[in-house]
Amino acid sequence: MAPDASGRRRRSRFSPLTRQVFLYLFCLIPAVSDIAQGMANRLGPNPVSACLHDFGLWAFRFLLLSLAVSPLRRFAKLDLTVYRRPLGLLAFTYAALHVVFYAGVARHFDLHVLWKDFTTRPFLTFGLLTFLILLVLAMTSTRKAIMALGRRWARLHKLVYIAMILACIHYALSFKTWHTEPFIYAAIAAGLLALRLVPKQGKRVVGE
Amino acid sequence: MAVYRYPRPASSDITPRQLFFSRRAMLGAAAGGVLAGGLGSGRARADAPVAEPTRGWPASEKPTPRDDVTHYNNFYEFGLEKSDPAELSGSFHPRPWQVQVDGLVEHPQSWDLDALTARFGHEDRLYRMRCVEAWSMVIPWQGFELGALLRAAGVKAGAKYVAFTSVVRPSEMPGQRGGLFSLQWPYREGLRLDEAMHPLTLLATGVYGDSLPAQNGAPIRLVVPWKYGFKGIKSITRITVTDQQPPTSWNRMAPNEYGFYANVNPDVDHPRWSQSSEQIIGEGSLFKTARRPTRLFNGYAEQVADLYRGMDLRKDF
Repeated sequence: MAPDASGRRRRSRFSPLTRQVFLYLFCLIPAVSDIAQGMANRLGPNPVSACLHDFGLWAFRFLLLSLAVSPLRRFAKLDLTVYRRPLGLLAFTYAALHVVFYAGVARHFDLHVLWKDFTTRPFLTFGLLTFLILLVLAMTSTRKAIMALGRRWARLHKLVYIAMILACIHYALSFKTWHTEPFIYAAIAAGLLALRLVPKQGKRVVGE
Repeated sequence: MAVYRYPRPASSDITPRQLFFSRRAMLGAAAGGVLAGGLGSGRARADAPVAEPTRGWPASEKPTPRDDVTHYNNFYEFGLEKSDPAELSGSFHPRPWQVQVDGLVEHPQSWDLDALTARFGHEDRLYRMRCVEAWSMVIPWQGFELGALLRAAGVKAGAKYVAFTSVVRPSEMPGQRGGLFSLQWPYREGLRLDEAMHPLTLLATGVYGDSLPAQNGAPIRLVVPWKYGFKGIKSITRITVTDQQPPTSWNRMAPNEYGFYANVNPDVDHPRWSQSSEQIIGEGSLFKTARRPTRLFNGYAEQVADLYRGMDLRKDF
């Protein structure tokens, strides 16, 4: 975490790593809750579909939150950079649960069926591409990978913008009709992406 | 005022309603218990058949649990989520109810619902239901054949189609209030006349031995078991015999995704998902869904394939 130049905020009693782990574990509660309720038969007649949709939605939310970190720092002077990595990893974790529930629980890991799904159903293709990007970003989120990639790391992780756009399309196309929620989420995503286009004034901000 | 407290049986001893009313299954199970030479359980087995089809058309699978049939519904007039129809239909009034039968018929008439059931009665039909979203149920309906009503109305020469119209009541149906991109109301459906006259085609007034709950299409709905569920228009207010193919709601919304015929067909995929198999609602677990291959005409090919002889089912999907 950057040193507190303003001195307004006190240092936390906990190390950055501890806080990151706390946040990550805390934010796994929705997943644990869904699975527990599903096992207790309290998710309605189609618990698999309920979990599947919830996990996808949480992946989307954490992706949005991870993209909110740098605009908050730039425009609201609120530095939550320490939480960006766990938020990104949460997006990946929920996306992975989403994919495992789809491919495994719903499709029984039938590779023939899955191949046909992913190559002929546009909304699934968008979803799979989103997941593959998040997978690459998660795998290169270790300190070691950051060091090894150097300047290329920042460029590689700009792929998250593409992932965000693909996720919006995937979500909007996943219903029989147009639902309102995907468009609300897409509007928030568009806002967060648009903030990146605001020209930086005055002092150059180092890093992203 | 003092309330008289009488000894009540434990709630676990109360016979579930549907078992109480299925006397035959009860007696059968009781007799079985006696024959087995014990005081055994006098209660019917939980998986005893609740509705027996009286006229053939058996569905080979066992009925989907009643709670699932009444709490996992697509009825966009009440909302887009599967749980919405059961949760948000509390202010819907299915009585009194009139069904207008008109168009190319000898005797156009507005039927009171009670007059319809008095005239045409109802029988049990255990039907498979295949949703276009690739899930399925097995549902014990009560109702009468649409053909009986059409014969009574006297279909005129030149009639080719039957158009159905559902109800518009935004004050009672929250899904009809607003919603930017929803379906257009009223919901409309249609059948070719020979499909409408087919003995499988049912006007259902009950499910699981009770009158239809609002979420299942109270008080009267169409059931066409070889077609995707969305053909089964709910809460019907008008049945019009016509010589023109009528506009239908989902087809108008997305003509490339939902055809007029909408026959269940594992070989014709929805543009956004496969129709080759279906998830069985009420079976399977959180870690493995129950699936089975989807069958042409939802397994009713023997009864209905003749209706479509010579047609290209890919073109007329």
